[in-house]
Amino acid sequence: MYIGDFMSERLRSLRALANQRWRVSIWLTAAMMVVYFGFILLVAFNKKLMGQTLVPGLSIGILLGALTIVTAWVLIFVYVRWTNHNYDDQLEKIRNRN
Amino acid sequence: MNSTTSLGQFNPIAIGFFLVFITFTLGITYWAAKQTKSTAEYYTAGGNISGFQNGLALAGDFMSAASFLGIAGKVALNGFDGLIYSIGFLVGWPIVMFLIAEPMRNLGKYTFADVVAFRLQQTPVRIASSIGTLVVVSFYLIAQMVGAGGLIQLLFGLDYNLAIVIVGCVMLAYVTFGGMIATTWVQIIKAVLLLGGATVMALLVLSRFGFNPLTLFAEAANKYGDAVLAPGKEVANPLDALSLGLSLMLGTAGLPHILMRFYTVPNAKEARISVMYATILIGFFYLLTFILGFGAMVLVGRETILHPLGATGAIDKSGNMAAPILAQVLGGSPFLGFISAVSFATILAVVAGLTLSGAAALSHDLWVNVIKKGNSSETEQLKVARIATLLLGVVAMVLGIIFKGQNVAYMVGLAFAIAASANFPSLLMSMVWRGFTTKGAVASILVGTLSALILIYLSPTIQVDILKHTTAIFPLKNPGLVTIPLSFMVGIIVSLFTPEVGMEEKFAETEHLIAGDY
Repeated sequence: MYIGDFMSERLRSLRALANQRWRVSIWLTAAMMVVYFGFILLVAFNKKLMGQTLVPGLSIGILLGALTIVTAWVLIFVYVRWTNHNYDDQLEKIRNRN
Repeated sequence: MNSTTSLGQFNPIAIGFFLVFITFTLGITYWAAKQTKSTAEYYTAGGNISGFQNGLALAGDFMSAASFLGIAGKVALNGFDGLIYSIGFLVGWPIVMFLIAEPMRNLGKYTFADVVAFRLQQTPVRIASSIGTLVVVSFYLIAQMVGAGGLIQLLFGLDYNLAIVIVGCVMLAYVTFGGMIATTWVQIIKAVLLLGGATVMALLVLSRFGFNPLTLFAEAANKYGDAVLAPGKEVANPLDALSLGLSLMLGTAGLPHILMRFYTVPNAKEARISVMYATILIGFFYLLTFILGFGAMVLVGRETILHPLGATGAIDKSGNMAAPILAQVLGGSPFLGFISAVSFATILAVVAGLTLSGAAALSHDLWVNVIKKGNSSETEQLKVARIATLLLGVVAMVLGIIFKGQNVAYMVGLAFAIAASANFPSLLMSMVWRGFTTKGAVASILVGTLSALILIYLSPTIQVDILKHTTAIFPLKNPGLVTIPLSFMVGIIVSLFTPEVGMEEKFAETEHLIAGDY
């Protein structure tokens, strides 16, 4: 009885942690998609706006394009930071429970 | 405009640099061959590659000649429109990171079919996944080989067919003898050379504009009008832009040669680190393409790029020669020679990665798991893997020669569309959805592959550009907007109608392994 409860408790926390990772992943994926498709939709439907220059040489399109690449970096940084500092530790704790 | 490019002539400096590269990488192959004794070493370098090394190798695998020469040329000729490709190719990487890399490392062994087939029936799923893999690899290989032949002809002054045979044989030497260990090091060296070469080139460009990219962009707008800084004719149809964007983004997560690289690291954490480095390096590289493209536009000029062999020579609408000519303008023949050799190395590394992933599908998925039902000795597996590699290498050379002179630029886009429609949906659903079934997976992969192939055939890319018809039945240049949702829908609907016995238990085990428990 005791072992069964123990195992299922371990499994439960493992599953909870895995779900937590999927939730973080899905939010970050959604953020990347919103930014990227926001950019693509502006390219597709508002070419005029994208062509406006802020200062000579810098159009809104080029600025937003470069920012999309920077966003990819930032989101990756957020994910790696969370997994390295949070997820890995919790996983290690659960692994060591038996 | 100057028409004094030394393209198309015998270029001893380029050949010199290239011979150094070949000698060095074949030396590495000799060393790698001595360490390649098992299938795990052949397919995945024994899982001993570090996260940083794999990050470099992923970058080396991904930054094909299409992205270096192709995007620089597109930007030089069309301005902003070329940047849409740069950005689309990059944003696939966060998706790979968040959804694919770690579960993949925890669940599979050699191929992406290992993951899809994990809790489903082996035979049908592996056959379908192999079809998805081989179709993607074939189109990607055709694009690379034909591109290689044409490029080497221009850059080194060698005959097209000879160039194809050289690429094929050197690549086969790497992969057949050195397996994944040699392939990985070729990709790492190539990534360093390409990133280094592109950085030096971008700095040389910027040095002429007070190290301010905006001065360069402003000069481009001065010379060819403000339109070069805005979206233009490449994305005239809004739905085309959306469809291309979707395929580029999700295609990366379905490319077999990229997915396979996650098995070369020891664990999920290193897989994560490798995607982080890959994204930083590839993003940096694509930011450089902004500068190289506009640099070529201003310093070389569109006329010279369109006529790389002089005003009377053939027209090159791809603009592939923009970066090499720019190199000559900036650093004379020695720098042109260096950049040419780097381009050659780039193609070799990508072709090697593609061939290895195709060979893994043939030998590990089809031969070992479907034909021999998993009963195959280590020696036999290794032998079959090498035979499959040789076979694919020969097929690649033959395809390269058959498609000589054809416009194959669309084939990279097609490979991404098929990867996104055939491989990505089944891979994702097999990892996250407990109701996914064998029939659902097979239907999703086959419908994704076939619908992408058929719609590409009916699209303006083939019907108007190549077959010269006036209209196309299917209006979009890229099929992704239709075929990716279609593949998901078919996978879901078929799964709902074909429940399997023991689905719950098998999915619990999958979840358990994805979470990283032993």
